[in-house]
Amino acid sequence: MTESAPRPVETGTQHRSDLLDLRGSLQLRHVDAGSCNGCEMEIASIFSPVYDAEQYGIRLVASPRHADAALVTGPVTKNMAGPLRRTIEALGAPAVVIAIGDCARDCGVFAGAYGVEGSVTDVTEVHLEVPGCPPAPADIIAALRRFSQT
Amino acid sequence: MTGITVWPVGVVVAQVTLFVLGAPFLVGLMRTVRCRLEGRTGPPVRQTWRDLRKLLGKQRTQPEKSSVFFAMAPVVLVATTLVVVAFAPLLSIDTVFSGGSDLFAIVFLLLLGSVSLALAALDTGTAFGGMGSSRLMAIVALAEPALLVAILALAAPVHSSSLPIIVAGSLHHPMWLATPQRILAFGAFVIVILAESGRLPVDNPATHLELTMIHEALMLEYSGPDLAFVVLGESLRLLVLLALLSNLFVPWGIATSLTGLSFVVAVVSLAAKVALLATLVAAGEVMVAKLRLFRVPELLAGAFVLSVLAVLSSLVIA
Repeated sequence: MTESAPRPVETGTQHRSDLLDLRGSLQLRHVDAGSCNGCEMEIASIFSPVYDAEQYGIRLVASPRHADAALVTGPVTKNMAGPLRRTIEALGAPAVVIAIGDCARDCGVFAGAYGVEGSVTDVTEVHLEVPGCPPAPADIIAALRRFSQT
Repeated sequence: MTGITVWPVGVVVAQVTLFVLGAPFLVGLMRTVRCRLEGRTGPPVRQTWRDLRKLLGKQRTQPEKSSVFFAMAPVVLVATTLVVVAFAPLLSIDTVFSGGSDLFAIVFLLLLGSVSLALAALDTGTAFGGMGSSRLMAIVALAEPALLVAILALAAPVHSSSLPIIVAGSLHHPMWLATPQRILAFGAFVIVILAESGRLPVDNPATHLELTMIHEALMLEYSGPDLAFVVLGESLRLLVLLALLSNLFVPWGIATSLTGLSFVVAVVSLAAKVALLATLVAAGEVMVAKLRLFRVPELLAGAFVLSVLAVLSSLVIA
């Protein structure tokens, strides 16, 4: 690596500890809002034997009702803006939104494309952003553990 | 005088408390064993308790236009399982309720929890809820006959389906445990327990794919404390089924009297037996793939054949 990895950026107005009291249990609902699947490969690899995010109590779940956070990847396409909003509404409160990757933060290389509605921030409130194209698995885990530790 | 009346009730209270505290650790142990065999560190064994603690602090949601069935199902699931824990001779065969612990009653109490969850899933009005409940009912309809016939094979030697009498009978006649009908019934019990508790190869408890779900599809709409109750109820049921299995087929260690020492021995031996069984189930789950849904009836038909053979052999030997 020639440069140090970018750090996760906290964006929400509220501090994370006001929102969630997780203490080692973080369930995620992953929403692909129009990603190129690069971020999906990195998310899949955080659950591999190498990184094993499950040892920190982090799990992907099948229903937004079970989740504490929505993990959003990719620029939000026009077709996925509605489903993304509905998924975030369906999260059992209290819950947060985490934008993974440069596309979710500022549309990346897809900025201005005809099918793109905007970044995740344009559609909903985002509490944590993880930069990178794609972000390294270790960075994703470090960002998620900011929520799941305490 | 009070010591005589307080102590037996205290045993039941202790049994219920220990099972509620222990059930999430059982699920955590199975998950840890799976993770280790897959080469991962895995979460600590207390992870399920962490999840439950967090869920209890979250918001409860109810789908639009759902009825009281949805709200009641988690409570019914936990309550029926707790009644089974209170009645069944899990730690001692001489409890205040042991007269009521008929094997048929226990099987149908456990079934009541499944049925209430299936009704609640229909009540949500989602496609996956309906799909999950129809699948669960199909599996239960095939698993229950196998279980009931296997119970007949266990009840035949003692001429009673009362659980304490069956367990006491096998304690007094250790040779019964090696008879063909016991071994065949054991096979049937194991398959039915795997099917009822939603483990591999019938259902994958770790799946995220809605189309392959059975048990998981029933709880998709639950959140917060309701979800915590469903998770607790399902883990309690798994613990009760494994404890019943170990008491029916390897009963040594269960308390036959109400002394403090025998109770401690019963707790330690039951915990060891259930932990061993859970480790074996989890290790087996790493080795096998989930059966295709249309092959599950063949597996359950196999369990039924085993239990019919168990009854036949018990009649021939008698």
